[in-house]
Amino acid sequence: MERHVDQELKELKEDILKMGALAEEAIFKSVEALKNRDREMAKSVIDHDVAIDKLELDVDEKCIDLIARYQPMARDLRFITTGMKINAELERIADIAVDIAQRTLELVDKPILKPLIDIPKLTTIAQNMVKMSIDAFVKGDILLAKKVLLSDSEANQFRDVIQRELIEDYMVKDASTAPRAVQLLLIARFLERICDHATNIAEDVIYMVQAEVVRHHPEKLK
Amino acid sequence: MSFKIITKNLNLWYGGFHALKNINSGFEANRITAIIGPSGCGKSTMLRVFNRMNDLIDGVRTQGEVLIDRVNILDSGVDLVALRKKVGMVFQRPNPFPLSIYENIIFGEKIHGEHIIRDKLDEIVEKSLKDVLLWDELKDKLNEPALRLSLEQKQRLCIARLIAIRPDVLLMDEPCSTLDPQATARVEELMRELKNKYTIIIVTHNMQQAARVSDDTGFMLLGELVEFGRTDQVFKAPLDQRTEDYITGRYG
Repeated sequence: MERHVDQELKELKEDILKMGALAEEAIFKSVEALKNRDREMAKSVIDHDVAIDKLELDVDEKCIDLIARYQPMARDLRFITTGMKINAELERIADIAVDIAQRTLELVDKPILKPLIDIPKLTTIAQNMVKMSIDAFVKGDILLAKKVLLSDSEANQFRDVIQRELIEDYMVKDASTAPRAVQLLLIARFLERICDHATNIAEDVIYMVQAEVVRHHPEKLK
Repeated sequence: MSFKIITKNLNLWYGGFHALKNINSGFEANRITAIIGPSGCGKSTMLRVFNRMNDLIDGVRTQGEVLIDRVNILDSGVDLVALRKKVGMVFQRPNPFPLSIYENIIFGEKIHGEHIIRDKLDEIVEKSLKDVLLWDELKDKLNEPALRLSLEQKQRLCIARLIAIRPDVLLMDEPCSTLDPQATARVEELMRELKNKYTIIIVTHNMQQAARVSDDTGFMLLGELVEFGRTDQVFKAPLDQRTEDYITGRYG
């Protein structure tokens, strides 16, 4: 039986999907700007964040409105509350893309420190994790959500490799590289944080689908 | 876990109609249990089994056991007057007697008790009205007709009338369905107060009320007790798809 609320839940899902697409785009562009030393692209990431912030507020409002008007229960309730949390995670991801863009602006005028190899790889992991987590939300796919959780350790490893290389091969050997190396170090840290937010989304999806809290309970994932 | 009421393989027929189908359940003491389900699912019938109100209907046949404090109340030798004193009922529409407020409250005591002195009756009236949070409002109007009270006050008075005869179990059949939201909230608050002393079972169509007020919830459908569990679990993550469909409005 199609209920009146179903249409509104569908619209909410579409809005969250849109938030996901915007956040993914922001990550992609922020790292493209870094790779291509593209000041305009970095600025566009920063400028576009206002639209993402606005959509976040709209989605939040929609969720509160649905709760107030329909007093949802069971899976509807879990869908809406999870939607609210995912919305906040995506907004944070977009903010981190802005952080990356700001670091990029610091670097574009300075000489290239090193060819970027691992940062783009970490970016791909982060983008995939965000994409998979949103897909898992849209499809209610537990297996996909669990796949996101498994990817997080790979992201941590990449961050560690990047950090080690920047510190040992550059900052320790030549202190003059520190200002640039620190920016790259921060970017690696930011990308890894994006992966953490994708992990949170995946954990929320697992709660939404099977009403089980796996956050802070790794044993439940075995 | 102490069960005040236990049903074992409980079946009930109205003539040829099988109204309760093999109900196995346990109601804990000092908790509020809500029974929800669509019209005709058997929830009021189940409530009425607990003080054998269904006996008043022709052609009713019951099978199985209903243990209250480990005594099977379906046994033929059970004293129904004593049972209904122990297991009281509040109905959808408040039904005070056309007597004074005072007389309403001591009505049960006068029927059940013998030669109770006036001071003792005064004490019962005061305590019962205090228990339902009506004492301050009504202490100076005890001789006024109960029928002049507001709907909410009447419903509270009916609860006070029950409490006066010191039951263990309060059965409530849609006790707020005729009340406005404010009065409903106050009666719900009263229920929370009362559960410290009584075992409360409420039948309600209002799912939000069940979610707000109860500790445990049972969902009934077509005479079956489909699901029975802690209220937060039933409303957040029901185990049975039929419960899910009902509480999210997909049923039917």
